[in-house]
Amino acid sequence: MSILDKHHRVETNATLLLILSFLVISIGGIVEIVPLFYLQNTIERVEGMRPYSPLELKGRAIYQREGCYVCHSQMIRPFRDEVERYGHYSLAAESMYDHPFQWGSKRTGPDLARIGGRYSNKWHVQHLTDPRSLVPESIMPSYKFLAKNKLYVSDIINHLETNQLLGVPYNQEMIENAFADIKAQADPSADTTGLLKRYPKAKTGDFDGNPTQLTEMDAIVAYLQMLGTLVDFSTLDLGQR
Amino acid sequence: MHKAIKLSIAACAGFLALFMAANAKDVVYEFHSYLFLIFAVAIAFWLIGRDEDNINLNSYMDGPIRSGVVATVFWGVLGFAVGVFASSQLAWPDFNIAPWFNFGRVRPLHTSIVIFAFGGSALLCTSFYVVQRTCRVRLFGGDLALFVFWGYQLFIVLAGTGYLLGNSTSKEYAEPEWYIDIWLTVVWLAYLVVFLGTVIKRKEPHIYVANWFYLAFIFTIAVLHVINALAIPVSLTGSKSYSLFSGVQDAMIQWWYGHNAVGFFLTAGFLGMMYYFIPKQAMRPVYSYRLSIVHFWSLIFLYIWAGPHHLHYTALPDWAQTLGMVFSIMLWMPSWGGMINGLMTLSGAWDKIRTDPIIRMMVTALAFYGMSTFEGPMLAVKSVNALSHYTEWTIGHVHSGALGWVGMISFGAVYFLTTKVFRSDNLYSLKMVNWHFWLATLGIAIYASVMWVSGIMQGLMWREYDPEGFLVYSFAETVDAIHPFYVARTIAGILYLLGGLVMAYNIGMTILASKSNAKASLTVLERPA
Repeated sequence: MSILDKHHRVETNATLLLILSFLVISIGGIVEIVPLFYLQNTIERVEGMRPYSPLELKGRAIYQREGCYVCHSQMIRPFRDEVERYGHYSLAAESMYDHPFQWGSKRTGPDLARIGGRYSNKWHVQHLTDPRSLVPESIMPSYKFLAKNKLYVSDIINHLETNQLLGVPYNQEMIENAFADIKAQADPSADTTGLLKRYPKAKTGDFDGNPTQLTEMDAIVAYLQMLGTLVDFSTLDLGQR
Repeated sequence: MHKAIKLSIAACAGFLALFMAANAKDVVYEFHSYLFLIFAVAIAFWLIGRDEDNINLNSYMDGPIRSGVVATVFWGVLGFAVGVFASSQLAWPDFNIAPWFNFGRVRPLHTSIVIFAFGGSALLCTSFYVVQRTCRVRLFGGDLALFVFWGYQLFIVLAGTGYLLGNSTSKEYAEPEWYIDIWLTVVWLAYLVVFLGTVIKRKEPHIYVANWFYLAFIFTIAVLHVINALAIPVSLTGSKSYSLFSGVQDAMIQWWYGHNAVGFFLTAGFLGMMYYFIPKQAMRPVYSYRLSIVHFWSLIFLYIWAGPHHLHYTALPDWAQTLGMVFSIMLWMPSWGGMINGLMTLSGAWDKIRTDPIIRMMVTALAFYGMSTFEGPMLAVKSVNALSHYTEWTIGHVHSGALGWVGMISFGAVYFLTTKVFRSDNLYSLKMVNWHFWLATLGIAIYASVMWVSGIMQGLMWREYDPEGFLVYSFAETVDAIHPFYVARTIAGILYLLGGLVMAYNIGMTILASKSNAKASLTVLERPA
């Protein structure tokens, strides 16, 4: 008990109390966080991962704004039932360009990590507009207003540049074409060769059923339709992990 | 500080706000710039209008504490009401009113009001009260304490209106955008200066144990908030920003923050409250001095490690998950050390549980603290978490801690504080405190049990296979199965809200009664030594 008897030194000196507290609370965070920036399996790159296309990036911002993460996770755990229900378990690399991550913590609705390509655009628009018309048990709010909101695109270059600053590999060509790309991706009559070269596997064409206008509905559906589709698990070798 | 300097700071802030509003790239940013402008102008007018000669520097500074008591009650009732609303949306989705009042925007509003507005105001006013009484000096920094209180209220208003208008970083419990985070950092550092300054200029040789907890809470929250909120804005005059971190690193930092918002904001801070108000109300000394030393240091050391239990079986490396699990289990001991130290303080005064409804509230708070800090380590075990994660069980766990521990200890402290800082001999009605106690307790009991059952059911339904090896339930069927539980949970929330309204009425009447006696009591100002 001799150490405890010396505690009066700490409790009579505010600076000492503060410094000791700081040391004590630092250790856990340093041990758990710092290695994640250096370890192979948390910084590895996986074939197929690419930055979000400008339209997908805008869709993702709407996903955040509406608080979708509150009810939908994007993290499939390696359990039989989850893999059967949602698809291959999630890899760290699949969220490497997510500033911030969208793993979520609650499934009031199903996981969305691999929702991309599972339903048609039309299904998504109908579901976002009136969820209970397709899934009677659903308790999801209506997002009908997204179809009316024109997508704000004029700052898209700043969005790409900010991400570039954070280490997302947007190159000069992507930034220069950002404005054209965001319009082309949702335009059924546009030439999308360049877009698809820059952003392989991007879904193109009209998303919201209204080809004349670029709306927030276009962006959110474009985002949902690419989720979990970038990595091809039929050819990926996970053996060394 | 000279009045002219303060005025010029307010003027600079006002011009900055005008500049921000004029160049705003989006509506939320513009709206918030105007709110900031109003705040700066209000401060300027207050500075010009007040009579500085009338401040008694020999007395304790109870102004921000009085405002804090009112704010705590106000935000508490509002937060519970928003909770009932959010709960109703899950039971009956027609309660969603797009776009401002859709569940996705209302839920962060609920969590922020109850944690940061209700809990934060309770922590601010109790810490200001406790640190002055236990150090026997007036708050350090003069008007800085007022800035801390009102600046913090501005932070809450910016954050809450931001969510509803579509402004969220999507980091749980850290949803405010970058410029609100900067504002909070300024306010919080001022809080640290006021608190630490008061502790340093104390007239007592020892720093009382409650102040260790308050200090650790204030300091650690500053560290957690600043690191987790690091982000680069798309434009300095727009609200959208991108987090500095991504993917697995961001997940780890977010839950390092998120779990320690629980550990330091909702635990260490409220333990500080417990260490002052329980001995005071029971009129007994703290049970064990040594236990408080051991459990203080072990609590703040172990809590920091527990974050990864929010990320079991995710893409976070296994070793980090295991560390999180092991430390979470170890955390059980210091948590119960605090509970035992609080409960045993009643040794020789156990009869007060029967006679004093405020003591009963505080003891119940400790009981719930004990329960949820046992449940927490259990949920942190990976195999339990495999079932419980993503389900309503987590929500039940959080609320037994939030409604039971944080809520009850705050109510107890508010009842205690009201009579002290408003100089009233008694509360308006002790019977109403009793009503509040039973409404709240019944609400929590229903809430927690309903969420346990529905959470376990949900987890079991998701993983149920039939003999042929197919999943039995579609996701939609599990949503349907939970409906009756959502309804019951809403009723539980209404009970808790009713308790809050009873408190609001009781506190309001006590304050009104004290105002009419004000002239008589002004002559007996308390004085620090």
